[in-house]
Amino acid sequence: MAKRNSVSPLLQKNTRPTFFKREGTRTVIASLVSIAIGMALGSIIIILVAAFNDSITMKSAWEGVRLVFFGIFSTGRNALGGLTFGFNAVNIGDMLFRATPLILTGLSVAVAFKTGLFNIGAPGQFLMGTAATLYVALSIPSAKVPAALIWLLAFLAGAVAGALWGSIPGLLKSLLNINEVIACIMTNWIAANLVTWFFDAHNELKNAAESGKIGYVCKTSSNGVVTSKLFLDKIFPGSQVNGGILIAILIAVIVFIFMSKTTFGFELKTVGSNRYAAKYAGINDKRDIVISMAIAGALAGCAASLYYLSGNTEFYWSTYQTLPAVGFNGIPVALLAANNPLAVIFSGVFMSMLNISGLQIKNLTTYNEYLTDIIIAIIVYLSAFSLLIRMLISGQFKLFHKKPKLPPQPEEPPALDDAASGKEASA
Amino acid sequence: MVFLIQQTLTYAIPLMIVALAGVFAERSGIINLALEGIMIFGAFVGVLFVKYMQEGSLFTPQSGQWLLLITMVVCGFFGALFSLLLSFSAVSLKADQTIGGTALNLLAPALVLFLINVLAKQNVLRIPQSSATWFMIKKSTLGIPKDQDIGFFGELFLNKVYLSTYVCIILFVVLSILLYKTRFGLRLRSCGENPQAADSLGINVAKTRYAGTTISGALAGIGGFIYALGASGCSSTGEVAGFGFLALAVMIFGNWTPGNIAFSAILFGLFKCIAASYATIDLNGDGVAWLAQIGVSSHVYRLFPYLITLIVLAFTSKKSRAPKAEGIPYDKGAR
Repeated sequence: MAKRNSVSPLLQKNTRPTFFKREGTRTVIASLVSIAIGMALGSIIIILVAAFNDSITMKSAWEGVRLVFFGIFSTGRNALGGLTFGFNAVNIGDMLFRATPLILTGLSVAVAFKTGLFNIGAPGQFLMGTAATLYVALSIPSAKVPAALIWLLAFLAGAVAGALWGSIPGLLKSLLNINEVIACIMTNWIAANLVTWFFDAHNELKNAAESGKIGYVCKTSSNGVVTSKLFLDKIFPGSQVNGGILIAILIAVIVFIFMSKTTFGFELKTVGSNRYAAKYAGINDKRDIVISMAIAGALAGCAASLYYLSGNTEFYWSTYQTLPAVGFNGIPVALLAANNPLAVIFSGVFMSMLNISGLQIKNLTTYNEYLTDIIIAIIVYLSAFSLLIRMLISGQFKLFHKKPKLPPQPEEPPALDDAASGKEASA
Repeated sequence: MVFLIQQTLTYAIPLMIVALAGVFAERSGIINLALEGIMIFGAFVGVLFVKYMQEGSLFTPQSGQWLLLITMVVCGFFGALFSLLLSFSAVSLKADQTIGGTALNLLAPALVLFLINVLAKQNVLRIPQSSATWFMIKKSTLGIPKDQDIGFFGELFLNKVYLSTYVCIILFVVLSILLYKTRFGLRLRSCGENPQAADSLGINVAKTRYAGTTISGALAGIGGFIYALGASGCSSTGEVAGFGFLALAVMIFGNWTPGNIAFSAILFGLFKCIAASYATIDLNGDGVAWLAQIGVSSHVYRLFPYLITLIVLAFTSKKSRAPKAEGIPYDKGAR
């Protein structure tokens, strides 16, 4: 929670807090500590598996550990079979490409968090955005309409579809007081079924040209609709990167300005801090909840648009049993960034770096890519009590006191208490 | 008809037992969003245990029922162990319970898939010998000749059933009594309603919440294994098709009381059963699969359980009575 004016009276005015006492510094350190612990535990798991499994040597375990930390710089193996590291344009370009949807789903979760809502519905919003984007991008003939215009329409369609889908849990929450977590989970599965149904009924969108691709929807490049590379392919030749990452960063900056510099953004944050106080202050809390979820949905929809408009990604349409992981991974991205839209850019890139490391681990060792998912889960687990880590850093809380004196009330209320909104879990 | 009821029970029993798991956690004041993750973990542990036991030939198909019971105990134990991660963060560290639960939901599939890939070099862990010959109770298991007519109820309750179904029903009844008719149950419920008052009467809120979440984890672990046994032929793939979340919905629909939960679990089981096998369900035995013939898309049936959950929640949300203190970390000093 970035800029709540919560500095205690002592520190106000002239005495600017020292570097380590600043709220932002502590948040960053807490996140870094979480990352470090996550990676360390991941390494321990690698070594433990090698210790209990005769077919895995300690040498390959050590390789796995190195890839956990430096997988992004991996350049494969040399003639002697040792791992080599260096600047790998393909890895870094792919990292930026994969970060694009993660940044946007991370923003989606973060905006909802700021309004006190836990948007676990990003996968569903992502899927609805996918369907809308692909339908618009593939059904408007590029022979008659300029491809750039189709691109824009498809992008907007994804955002609108996501917004509409996201507003459903918002409406249920504000009008009927249904817990948004349950509503989001149900809408996720409904979206998965609807999208499967939609593509099942639209044979013209399926990829019939290539054999073995019948389960996939056509790439948007088959209609000539492709996100511009914006010269990024010159910097990272051979990778999948395109202009989408710049658009994602731009959106993150816009969301940051919106949340911290506009009245409406302040309103949303007020609702998130205390819905009843906001209502007392004359804010229409019910409307704000719906709008916040709609914005969150739009962002998740944009994630889908940018991902599938890249032209080289394919959508497996029979998805009624699975939800896209990129939607759920928005949660760790947002948590790691402490819901700060600008920090989401970095945490999104970091998460996709872990993804790339996972692929390197899979390709180069006997381990597999799920190791990085474990690390991500550990980071989420730690961020649940990031407040504690922050207090540890600032020395307000000591681990080995049997009965600590009640610490002075932390300067900031537990960042996400509102999000859980325990009382309303009744739904 | 027998097939329909048995198939419904295949889905209803794990939903029922996992929803009860949710009740134990929430009644003690902890939102257990991690049910899904614990189920995934329990299913994996169970399948792995059965795999090792079959390979180690400690058991034979004749003693399969014993193996089933032992596996359920093992799954319960590891489910409880896994849930300690949640109670540690939620009770001892007073962390956000929704995020803690989400973390476990992310951790379980990742850990399970990681281990499955290390052990089996693929994305699914199967047991070496058929679960049907080992665990399913059939006429032959009971010494009844194959072609003997044992009547409708005999077919329903004695042929092609799993012992785990009955164990779970007994467990469900016993634990419901525990929750409502014993001192422990009363204390547990009081911690979910008003922990301050409970504390003032000398009840250790932290311990009680640990107990509630641990029972919850054990039940969810067992439920995960039963799901794997009934719905996926005793294999583990790092997912349980959203059953943990569906169980949460069943719990809310059942208004946190065991009786209503049993009813709503059967209802949801029926929906799930229709979605899975609507094409072959023959209600009146005339050889016509009626549901497949009325021409409704299969997608509608698949979508139905989730849609109905939302609609039901919309209608019952005003009346629902969640434990008052759930989701709020207990703070002695708070007023």
